[in-house]
Amino acid sequence: MIRHFLKLEWKQFFRSSYFGKSIALKIIMGFFALYMLASFLMIGIGTYFIIEKEYPSADPLLFVNGWLIFVLVGDLIFRYLMQKLPVLNIKPLLNLPVKKEKLVHFVLRKSAFSFFNLMPLFFYVPFSIVLIGQGYNVPGVLGWLFLMFTLVLSANYINFLINKNNYALGIMIAVLGSLFLVNKYEIFSITDLFAPVFQSVYNNPVLSLIGVFVLVGVYYVNFKLLRSKVYLDDAIKSKEEVASSADLSFVDKLGDVAPFIKNDIRQIWRNKRTKTVFFMSFIFLFYGTIFFGEETYRVKMPAFLVFAAIFVTGGFTLNYGQFIPAWDSEYYNMIMSQNIRYRKFLESKWYLMVVVSLTLYLLSIPYAYFYGLDIFLMITAGAIFNIGFNSLFLLFAGSFNRKRIDLNKSGFSNYQGTSATQFLIIIPIMGVPMLLFWVFNKFVSFNAGVLAIAIAGVLALAFKNYFMNLIENRYIQNKYAAIHAFSQKS
Amino acid sequence: MISIDNISKTYGTTQVLNLENLQIPSGQSFGLVGNNGAGKTTLFNLLLDLIRPTTGKIVNNEVVVNKSEDWKTFTGSFIDETFLIGYLTPEEYFDFVGDLRGMNKADVQGFLSQFEEFFNDEILGKKKYLRSLSKGNQKKVGIVAAMMGNPQVVILDEPFANLDPTTQIRLKKLIKTLTDNKEVTVLVSSHDLSHVTEVCERIVVLDKGQVVRDINTSQETLQELESYFSA
Repeated sequence: MIRHFLKLEWKQFFRSSYFGKSIALKIIMGFFALYMLASFLMIGIGTYFIIEKEYPSADPLLFVNGWLIFVLVGDLIFRYLMQKLPVLNIKPLLNLPVKKEKLVHFVLRKSAFSFFNLMPLFFYVPFSIVLIGQGYNVPGVLGWLFLMFTLVLSANYINFLINKNNYALGIMIAVLGSLFLVNKYEIFSITDLFAPVFQSVYNNPVLSLIGVFVLVGVYYVNFKLLRSKVYLDDAIKSKEEVASSADLSFVDKLGDVAPFIKNDIRQIWRNKRTKTVFFMSFIFLFYGTIFFGEETYRVKMPAFLVFAAIFVTGGFTLNYGQFIPAWDSEYYNMIMSQNIRYRKFLESKWYLMVVVSLTLYLLSIPYAYFYGLDIFLMITAGAIFNIGFNSLFLLFAGSFNRKRIDLNKSGFSNYQGTSATQFLIIIPIMGVPMLLFWVFNKFVSFNAGVLAIAIAGVLALAFKNYFMNLIENRYIQNKYAAIHAFSQKS
Repeated sequence: MISIDNISKTYGTTQVLNLENLQIPSGQSFGLVGNNGAGKTTLFNLLLDLIRPTTGKIVNNEVVVNKSEDWKTFTGSFIDETFLIGYLTPEEYFDFVGDLRGMNKADVQGFLSQFEEFFNDEILGKKKYLRSLSKGNQKKVGIVAAMMGNPQVVILDEPFANLDPTTQIRLKKLIKTLTDNKEVTVLVSSHDLSHVTEVCERIVVLDKGQVVRDINTSQETLQELESYFSA
């Protein structure tokens, strides 16, 4: 029986139309995964020696044990954001003579073989080997490792239970944050509290069986929960959503692009993927705080500050713009057979990007207070460049998009719609302003560099109509190819 | 008047459609029947310029459809659910299409009020997005939207499929009133021979992309079609 399920999974993976077309993407993701594994391996090997060097008085295992609680909660948050819950398409199997228990067990067990379970082992295993090499008690280390192994798997199933519940995410972040703050300001030493807990497993390896109990417990709860849901009306049928209509008549002032803008606003608000993009753009607003405070960038590599400055106001333009017109791929046929001028359709997207960029720019004003006028001028230039050049360029690049997007799938680690286009567009979008700044900053002055970026943006804006004509023509030329591509479901 | 002139569509080496000459006069109710793969949807997609013809051209009221977009102002269509915008409510969708077809909110309201019976209280004011409506109800929305803004040509691909019996009967009535005064050309494809003979004055049978029968509907048409398809 399991053999049949595995066969189905295998075929699903290799026969999805998505697979064939995005080999390049798979390879890039594969390299990324390898890189992560290699990093974890290095950290696993190195941790012992780093702790020994930096904190000569500390026992490395005890030190790691103190911080484990942070790692475990952090792991859960990471999984929440990145790990996809494994779903076996059970609907067609429900009417076949397969025990429902079996289906549920298969889904649950399959999830144990996730990359997210493998990754932590690349830390724990080498770390344990080093411990043994350094003369730690072998049964103790093995017991500890076993506990870690069961906890990693438990985290896997806890993530299943949390099941993309936003409140749970909030709680986890709050817990991690408060643990960290409590520890940092020495209100109470969390590390001292938890170190002995995990250390006791090393001292008495039999205690590692507790991990087995936890794992079995979580698995059982999962099983019960899923088992009760293997009916058409629960897990499989999509939830009934109540439509919420906001009054958008204020948009009507924009004239004949208004109907499209109304649609775009509703689209962003009512679909998971677009909503994620929208909220992410506000997170990018804080992107600058990573770079602007660092002396290294300010003095040695100011061109990198441009990179950050573009992102501060460009989060939405870049994330939304790069997938135009695929956002509308679900009903592209309709758009193409209605009485619509391409120009209006494209302009509504342009307005949207410009308005959100301006909003983000207004929100970025505090940067002037925290990081000084120079940085704020740079953000201003970045905003002008985003509005003038990037929005138009992304519309142009969009005419190369040939990947359908299903709006209602989650936005995190969702690469649907991604193709080589998305990797290539980064060159002009980021490269041009960085290069402009670099040249003028090096040979003239900082202000000249900032001005150069702004002028490039203003020039693009000044010739907007000319560029829009070009873009519109490209879309018209590529109409049939886009219609065909967007109707390919994966 | 729609004239189809030497139109053919080839994918790779397989020809899916090849029509030498087909004239559909204004105001005609035109039915298209044929088994799966006969080329019905391909023909409709060509009429709507969603795919490129391999040879030939289609002229819709003096507009060559793959040369100019002017046909869009007088052509309404519903092919499948990809013509619906899933995240809108039916009201918002009608407003959107109405906007595109030069109707204001009041026009849309007035227009929709004719369809109260057809909607059967399942469409308007339900606080549901189109994506959460049943297939049949989605179809109702699409069909009505295709009739917005006084189109001269209405194209419906398998409008009867997925509809409940009551709605099928109401749809037949709707199509008949639409073509009553011989101003609106209606093109309908269907797998249901009795429905299509009932609403269409002319029926064309496609097989492997070619016209095999071109019948002016009469009392005997249904029988003729049945005997053709059982052969």
